[in-house]
Amino acid sequence: MEQFITHVGTAAPLRRSNVDTDQIIPAEFLKRISRHGFEDGLFAAWRKDPDFILNQPQFQGVSILVAGPDFGTGSSREHAVWALQDFGFKVVLASRFADIFRGNSGKGGLLTAQVPQDVIEALWLIIEADPATEVVVDLQARQVRAGDLVADFEVDDYVRWRLMEGLDDIGITLQSAVQINEFEDSRPAFLPVTI
Amino acid sequence: MGRTLAEKVWQAHVVRHAEGEPDLLYIDLHLVHEVTSPQAFDGLRAAGRTVRRPDLTLATEDHNVPTLDIDKPITDPISRAQLEALRVNCAEFGVPVYSLGDTEQGIVHVVGPQLGLTQPGMTVVCGDSHTSTHGAFGALAFGIGTSEVEHVLATQTLPLKPFKTMAITVEGELPAGVSAKDVTLAVIAKIGTGGGQGYVLEYRGSAIRSLSMEGRMTLCNMSIEAGARAGMVAPDSTTYDYLKGRDRAPQGALWDEAVAYWSSLPSDDDAIFDAEVFIDAATLSPFVTWGTNPGQGLPLSSVVPSPADASNEVDRVAIERALEYMDLTPGTPLRQIPIDTVFVGSCTNGRIEDLRAVADVLRGRRVADSVRMLVVPGSVRVRLQAESEGLGEVFTAAGAEWRQAGCSMCLAMNPDKLAPGERSASTSNRNFEGRQGPGGRTHLVSPAVAAATAVAGHLASPSDLA
Repeated sequence: MEQFITHVGTAAPLRRSNVDTDQIIPAEFLKRISRHGFEDGLFAAWRKDPDFILNQPQFQGVSILVAGPDFGTGSSREHAVWALQDFGFKVVLASRFADIFRGNSGKGGLLTAQVPQDVIEALWLIIEADPATEVVVDLQARQVRAGDLVADFEVDDYVRWRLMEGLDDIGITLQSAVQINEFEDSRPAFLPVTI
Repeated sequence: MGRTLAEKVWQAHVVRHAEGEPDLLYIDLHLVHEVTSPQAFDGLRAAGRTVRRPDLTLATEDHNVPTLDIDKPITDPISRAQLEALRVNCAEFGVPVYSLGDTEQGIVHVVGPQLGLTQPGMTVVCGDSHTSTHGAFGALAFGIGTSEVEHVLATQTLPLKPFKTMAITVEGELPAGVSAKDVTLAVIAKIGTGGGQGYVLEYRGSAIRSLSMEGRMTLCNMSIEAGARAGMVAPDSTTYDYLKGRDRAPQGALWDEAVAYWSSLPSDDDAIFDAEVFIDAATLSPFVTWGTNPGQGLPLSSVVPSPADASNEVDRVAIERALEYMDLTPGTPLRQIPIDTVFVGSCTNGRIEDLRAVADVLRGRRVADSVRMLVVPGSVRVRLQAESEGLGEVFTAAGAEWRQAGCSMCLAMNPDKLAPGERSASTSNRNFEGRQGPGGRTHLVSPAVAAATAVAGHLASPSDLA
């Protein structure tokens, strides 16, 4: 996994709340068995509308999404994270994220930075006024900077550490192989098996 | 200090604890389906890893499978590729799989419990958010993403930060005609789609205790729609009666040992929850959704809300947008909303008890000419049981289509879809835009309301029928 220290890019305002993972990527795109190429499914229904924010010329090439509260609700599909990443997003900013989506993002290397809704509103105004505004997402300092705005964001300590180190979860867990073996040996005999 | 049910199950599965890091939890049961697993198996292959415990892993084909002509080749090439990938992966890694045509095939969250694989006190995961269903047994069960699927396949563990706990107490007797689905839609409307974020919900109180296992599964299933990671109900005699004698339930001395352990799991009297919600059962009535998320629900006796009712700008915009998508006018009585499609099924309401509730309404009645009604059992076993009780005949005699098992129109990955502009009353779990087909409109309802709606041609409860 790529290390994430600081990201600098332009941002798109997504003025919607409760953006569920069915909107981020509809189920029809989930039938693929590959891990890449999901960018065409990102917000597929909304992108049919020429006025949708990501279709507007001034928001091409964005890498930061500034969304309304409760982003990523619904289905656990990790494809939602892949679609955002394949499209070019490195960071999503929102005042609240759904748990599974947030977990999936951390594992996939997409930063979900949580800021209060008033910071989101301020960011919306800044990037709508000037879409070329350079937005800095500094994971080291847990800070987002855009124009005159400087705001701290919340991110889980452990997720931050993993993102900054670019570490793979399975590799970390396998360092605990001895404990897993010991735990397994102590499991009660009444627990079921599938075979 | 006392501990909650969730805390007890959590603590019994900690493999490794270190300050400032997530706990490493052991996973007792890992359920797998064709949609969220191909990339996980690929990851194992790429890293030269194996499945650590195939005997604690079970795969079923559900999301993509057709519900008609299941003996013929699947026509959608991508669906076929995904099902074939699952079969190849399971064969290569030694994971048992129930494929289309197998008598044990069905929706992953129906199959686990009916086999007796889901038991109190277990940790259960699946690459599917509705894994919360299994919490009905007092298991800690939650959905995970594909990279976590890979992680569990490789290590049988998962690094997790502890959840907070929320008690949802429903006290009193549920009024006649109020089912678990109505309770859950009322809970979500009360706490919101984000209200459960970061929490494991524990459903408590006399109304919950009175629910069957099927009802408890419906309730826990929808916990994710309140944003919660999991929902749980403490095990009791209803749980034990359901489990006893099932294929994978413990037998003989092991049964007694298991029950002794299970009986220690309910939350202690002095346990403290991080949050509490109280609902008076007597205030509940049949609930339906009017909008595009499961929190946008109201009693069936209500009218379509107005954006002007919103308490803040974010909600106002959300209501406005939902009404536009749903093509509804504020002030319209919900009972006057015409419905053209009725879907009965899904991991929420595709069990035998749900089908019985539907048959009780349809018996001796006809589905309205303007309505297409699909009844899709949650598993092959449910289908066979329903047939043995004569329910299949009730459905077909009423003019409904009686299909084969699968996820079907809940998420429309197979050919069962709404056409643009069609409007369904659906016993499933999500009314998101396009969920049941692009441009389709969904009203979430209980099985009894679905059946009454099919007869009436508009949203209705059984008491509305002559």
